[in-house]
Amino acid sequence: MALRMWASSTANALKLSSSASKSHLLPAFSISRCFSSGLKYANSHEWVKHEGSVATIGISDHAQDHLGEVVFVELPEEKSSVSKEKNFGAVESVKATSEIISPISGEVIEVNTKLADSPGLINSSPYEEGWMIKVKPSNPAELESLMGPKEYTKFCEEEDAAH
Amino acid sequence: MRGGSLWQLGQSITRRLAQSDKKPLSPRRHFASGADLKKTALYDFHVAHGGKMVPFAGWSMPIQYKDSIIDSTVNCRVNGSLFDVAHMCGLSLKGKDCVPFLETLVVADVAGLAPGTGSLTVFTNEKGGAIDDSVITKVTDEHIYLVVNAGCRDKDLAHIEEHMKAFKSKGGDVSWHIHDERSLLALQGPLAAPVLQHLTKEDLSKLYFGQFQILDINGSTCFLTRTGYTGEDGFEISVPSEHAVDLAKAILEKSEGKVRLTGLGARDSLRLEAGLSLYGNDMEQHISPVEAGLTWAIGKRRRAEGGFLGADVILKQLEDEPTIRRVRFFSSGPPARSHSEVHDENGNKIGEITSGGFSPNLKKNIAMGYVKSGQHKNGTKVKILVRGKPYEGNITKMPFVATKYYKPT
Repeated sequence: MALRMWASSTANALKLSSSASKSHLLPAFSISRCFSSGLKYANSHEWVKHEGSVATIGISDHAQDHLGEVVFVELPEEKSSVSKEKNFGAVESVKATSEIISPISGEVIEVNTKLADSPGLINSSPYEEGWMIKVKPSNPAELESLMGPKEYTKFCEEEDAAH
Repeated sequence: MRGGSLWQLGQSITRRLAQSDKKPLSPRRHFASGADLKKTALYDFHVAHGGKMVPFAGWSMPIQYKDSIIDSTVNCRVNGSLFDVAHMCGLSLKGKDCVPFLETLVVADVAGLAPGTGSLTVFTNEKGGAIDDSVITKVTDEHIYLVVNAGCRDKDLAHIEEHMKAFKSKGGDVSWHIHDERSLLALQGPLAAPVLQHLTKEDLSKLYFGQFQILDINGSTCFLTRTGYTGEDGFEISVPSEHAVDLAKAILEKSEGKVRLTGLGARDSLRLEAGLSLYGNDMEQHISPVEAGLTWAIGKRRRAEGGFLGADVILKQLEDEPTIRRVRFFSSGPPARSHSEVHDENGNKIGEITSGGFSPNLKKNIAMGYVKSGQHKNGTKVKILVRGKPYEGNITKMPFVATKYYKPT
């Protein structure tokens, strides 16, 4: 998911700066926060849960935490197709817009319509009720190039430490 | 930023904001090591209260605390909010000629202000555009107190200094003092006055919107203006920096937790709901106060006499009508943001959004922008382009949320 900031003087990256504020955050970045087991992750912070012939996609807890409160979600239609590493929608938070990038290719078979009235589900339940689309993967091998939970946790930590 | 980290873009924004403010700093400010960001007197206080610090106009400021921006915005209008706005620049102009001096730079009828009253005004440039907006107060005929935006501090001070030198060289009596020894706090919302009353012996019920007083609050001499940037009743309090933390603590304690520390994220949502411009978004160097809907701020005598930078352009716009106008919008779909195009119902471009977002109090999308004169009437249906797709919107009357300024009945 690419974070696209609008050129407003007050729309800043929800960026955490000092080590003092980091210590407030550290308990939050425990292993359980970054991932849910059985999921695979893209480095653009989307997750995929592959069960049989259906793959469910959403954005990770790490992503929703940095985005802030979601006020609007733009999702594709059923029967449309998504492609790996191409954007399929957008998430709007109070201060920022972010594109959602598909971790895999396939056909959209279901869209979470609850998100139209309750976009905040992405914040409160990013792995369960905040799921976004269900896809029939056209190339299951793509899942293999995604990160597992431990790898993703490390990825999040490195990214946060880098700023 | 495809597949890129969330922080890469954040980093470039930080660098841009930090670079815009590379000037020598006054002694009381602290440096945030490595990031070159200035810290206010309340920095540690913010962090201790869960503030999420972000770079803003060269300062490290809290964008929010533990509560969400949405909850914080709603709480301001239900209870109240305390904002650290010490990044903004307060200054005093003194001297026998400080009033005529300031009148060369702003559109307000400063001479006509009663002592102890102030107003929003605009510093103009030769082309009639806005250098900055500011709340100015005539304390006495020989003392004006004003506050300018943090992001415009260097530009404004250089501008004022240049003109002051020229004015003095012609024999004018004016000098200035930049209040870097003080910190500005904003207390807004229905509980602002009752809470502040606990901390001062002066009768605040006699201080109306736009009025100013120098008085003792919580044991220190403060400059108090009944004004704000939220549309709510409230105050801006300039307190000696060494007492800023104590004052903030006292305010929060007296409100029994109902008044909350509130960050810049909610501050922006609140001012947008109140229909107030943000310099840098809704007002810029090339936009005149007339186009920005601030004709009311141009004093009647000033309209007749001019005498401020760009007066010829502005007075002509008052006669002929400006070509563009600032308006407010409601819209459906994703929130309209700065630079989104505005089209008429037939798809012709008629303007641009300059600020927008989701309103936590109204629970709908609100935005401000400029459209061609003639297309600016209340109720006009428009299409706003977000990510290339048009969404329905309409122009609406201002403000979005009714103001609650404390005025005499």
